[in-house]
Amino acid sequence: MKHILILALALLATLPAQAQNAPSSTLSVDQVWARATPGGAKTGAVYLTVVNGTASDDKIVGASTPAAREAQLHTMIDDNGVMKMRELKSIDVKAGATVTLKPGGMHVMLLGLTKPLKPGDSFSLTLEFEKGGKKELAVAVTKAGAMGMGNMGGTGNMPGMGNMDNMPGHDMGSMGGHGMGGKQN
Amino acid sequence: MTRRTRLHLALGAALLIASAAGTGLYLRSWLAPAADGGASLGGPFTLTRADGVTVTESTYRGKWLLIYFGYTYCPDACPTALNAIAEAMEKLGPAATNVQPLFITIDPARDTPAVVGEYVKAFDPRIVGLTGTEGQIAAVATEYQVYYKRRETEGGPYLMDHTSLIYVVDPAGKLVRFFGGSSSGERIAQHLLELMSQTS
Repeated sequence: MKHILILALALLATLPAQAQNAPSSTLSVDQVWARATPGGAKTGAVYLTVVNGTASDDKIVGASTPAAREAQLHTMIDDNGVMKMRELKSIDVKAGATVTLKPGGMHVMLLGLTKPLKPGDSFSLTLEFEKGGKKELAVAVTKAGAMGMGNMGGTGNMPGMGNMDNMPGHDMGSMGGHGMGGKQN
Repeated sequence: MTRRTRLHLALGAALLIASAAGTGLYLRSWLAPAADGGASLGGPFTLTRADGVTVTESTYRGKWLLIYFGYTYCPDACPTALNAIAEAMEKLGPAATNVQPLFITIDPARDTPAVVGEYVKAFDPRIVGLTGTEGQIAAVATEYQVYYKRRETEGGPYLMDHTSLIYVVDPAGKLVRFFGGSSSGERIAQHLLELMSQTS
């Protein structure tokens, strides 16, 4: 009995280590979400976080979804209050880096939605990496205008989503995500 | 140098200085006669509501206006700003009855009255969506120094580069302040309440 207990404890002790190790050696994508689209809207945007736990640099080179005719990689450039959306050929995800696509910055733009995105819905998105290959993801739809995935109807601040309230002097909306490794078209 | 060019330069300089200094932007200080020769931003407009009714600046006289210029094909900046406006309306509580948010499209070719009306409803039913003829939109955009330009995409629908600011117009019709398009609703509400308390 005593031996079994020791064995069980030993096994338990190894669990956290495994849990930490597993994701750190892979390329993972999480926090995949999109805003619900207003009636009549033909476009949408998908936001997500890529964690490159591998030892080699990678890049997102494309996206596709059955929810839209086309999915393109885009970034927003804030040029003195003028928002300019530009297509990106690819989005760099360096070895060990975490890249977040979020409102006001980079996003996967959906063009020609087959139907409006409704809060609570989910649809699939395939993200293609140069080295990591294709990853099929489930996109969670939040309310229209939400600022984060966990924001299914409350106010728009969640950790890691860029809390604009606490950025004094950023009235000009300079939270643009350019400079995060995106290459302009 | 035309009056418009001067205005443009004045606003451009204001934006540059303000963003460089990283301070809150208060148009008021840039509208002083010495800064731009006595001109002021904002002004009369004639636009069309979702129900087809024509509205002008005097339709909303007596209300505080929150004005945002955007377009419905806009997947990122416009939903962010409209959500901030919706949040501000929520945070304002009873004071929201004195505030009228307006969404003015800078893409009238695609944004018909019905399309604009349907679009804004998703954020807050109190937001009024407005469109007009190319000429009417150009006129109001010029008054507010809103830049917009059509950009073609490869095989997709065209997009618009556009100024993403939320303007505050007082009940007398004077533009008194503006916020960046990614400001929080709470912040906008707080500043609006301050402005309201100063004038009441």
